Amino acid sequence: MMKRAFAALAVVLVGLVFLHIVGDYAELQALRPLAHYYVTQVPAQLGAPNVVTGILISWRGFDTLGEVAVLFMVAASIGLLLQQGDGRETASPPRRPASELVATGAMVLLPLIFTFGAYVIVNGHLSAGGGFQGGAIVASGVMLMLVANPAARLNTALLGAVESAAGVLYVCLGVLGLALAGGFLDPRFLPKGQFGAFISAGAIPLISALLGVKVGAELSVIIDRFRS
Amino acid sequence: MLELLILVVCAGILLSGVLAVCLNNLMAAMVSSSLASLFAAVSFLLLAAPDVAMAEAAIGCGLSTFVFIYAIRKTGGGGAQ
Repeated sequence: MMKRAFAALAVVLVGLVFLHIVGDYAELQALRPLAHYYVTQVPAQLGAPNVVTGILISWRGFDTLGEVAVLFMVAASIGLLLQQGDGRETASPPRRPASELVATGAMVLLPLIFTFGAYVIVNGHLSAGGGFQGGAIVASGVMLMLVANPAARLNTALLGAVESAAGVLYVCLGVLGLALAGGFLDPRFLPKGQFGAFISAGAIPLISALLGVKVGAELSVIIDRFRS
Repeated sequence: MLELLILVVCAGILLSGVLAVCLNNLMAAMVSSSLASLFAAVSFLLLAAPDVAMAEAAIGCGLSTFVFIYAIRKTGGGGAQ
């Protein structure tokens, strides 16, 4: 009982803090200087209509590299941790086949999900989304595929190789930016092209595609590890 | 109108979050927490952040629920309590 009262008190206190924040909120009439710089300079310098992806892949490119590295470490440690239970795999009961609803729904939805994921990945510099989001969408498609078809096996070795190659290429593009343009992961070593065209914005679409492949492969491997 | 919609969605987040804590059946609680993620994704979309909404819908609502459901099934959970 004492514990409950304490928890309720903590919730009320946090609520008071949030009430304070909400009470002080006033809508900004103009962008802050940093945001204004980004909004004007991303289209001007990088030639990318999508400001968010432009920031994430160029100025915050090192952050993105760090995120991908964290994801890689997560996938590697999950593989390490879940490897030990493999000995009793034969003892697990045979998997029930998916219901007709799930199987048919997956057949209809899978092509749409994969197409949408690919669209989001390659149009990262033009419309909302980018490599990370697209990779997550592709991985959720893989998840649906595994749910609908429990007997399917993923080739995790191939996926691991693809993912490592994408990571190495990503760092190589970063080094190219260091050598040919302003700094590490600077996408401006390729021509800017026509604003808003599919092939434009320097190396941003390339980096976005590599990120998408890497994230999609990594998340798929994680899902498969949890399944088996 | 938009404010009203955002308020409804936020109420949905709260409701499904409380349900996720209170439900005894682990599987139902997991579905409820996935619902909270879905409402959060909708609210991100309403607040004009479509890329965050995409990531939340795919990872928060899809992949993490999948991982938890497999974990619950492996550990013999469900209605165990």
